[in-house]
Amino acid sequence: MDSGRSDQEKVRRRIPIALKILIAGGFGVGKTTLVGSVSEIRPLQTEEVLTDVGVGTDDLYGVEGKRTTTVAMDFGRITINEDLQVYLFGTPGQDRFWFLWDELAFGALGAVVLADTRRLADCFPSVDYFERRGIPFVVAVNCFDGAKRFSIDAVRTALDLDPDVPVVLFDARERQSGKVVLVALVEHVAQRRGERVPAG
Amino acid sequence: MRSEVPGPHHDWLDDDAGPVVRPYTMTGGRVQPVAGGFDLMAFVVAGPPSDGGEQAPPQPQPEHEAIVAMAQRPVSVADLAADLNLPVGVVRVLLGDLLASDRISMYEPPASRQFPDDDILKAVVNGLRAL
Repeated sequence: MDSGRSDQEKVRRRIPIALKILIAGGFGVGKTTLVGSVSEIRPLQTEEVLTDVGVGTDDLYGVEGKRTTTVAMDFGRITINEDLQVYLFGTPGQDRFWFLWDELAFGALGAVVLADTRRLADCFPSVDYFERRGIPFVVAVNCFDGAKRFSIDAVRTALDLDPDVPVVLFDARERQSGKVVLVALVEHVAQRRGERVPAG
Repeated sequence: MRSEVPGPHHDWLDDDAGPVVRPYTMTGGRVQPVAGGFDLMAFVVAGPPSDGGEQAPPQPQPEHEAIVAMAQRPVSVADLAADLNLPVGVVRVLLGDLLASDRISMYEPPASRQFPDDDILKAVVNGLRAL
């Protein structure tokens, strides 16, 4: 039916473009604070079914792999306009939830890696993860009260970052400051897009 | 000794134990959707694309109806899960039921990892700055 088809087209045109940005970094570094300062934050539960066959398959016999673990992520949406939305996902901090990252990272525009100069090593795994997958990222150094402030160059050197990776000092509690970080990421993506030849 | 009568002070009903009804009860214990992949960023819209008559999902739950009500406008899988306060895995099973019975349409994000064009990125930067 023609009217049915045109209705469908109308619906398809109403589907917004949705861009995904990941907020990563160690535990307690300000991921929740950042997502909350720039968007309407809501918890998102991913009750995941553990189907790791490497972990004692005998244990799973008879329960059909219905072992689940609940992981709560921070989730926020920024509505740029009716047709354009930015979704923020705070990545789970613990190592045992890395399997969740792959789904989150799929199709992501890019990532913000939060760093705390008092515990800089906490963000190494995140930096590694995005570097290996070629996902554009910026490093945002959350300047906590009383934290010793390091220069951007010192952080860059300590993290052994590629020269084109932006490093931004910011305060996760400040909305304006959080916006600057997101803008830095999107501009970085745009820049890389211009230069980048997709690897085989 | 008298037997325990389930009530407000029942041992199970405390904050630490969480809800007695586990989330997957409402899917009948199913953990895999019958249809569809449902990326977190996939959009759901109520209404069948086909002319086929609507069938209720097997053992319909109030959550099925809640999803259809929320999907009168395009809504993402992540938004549905957050607004329903349900785990994403449960929402995917429920969406699979609704998709199989033609009560919703799904619009998955592009499969290829493609960066949006410069106009879109510019609009995002301007939009963020204007927040």
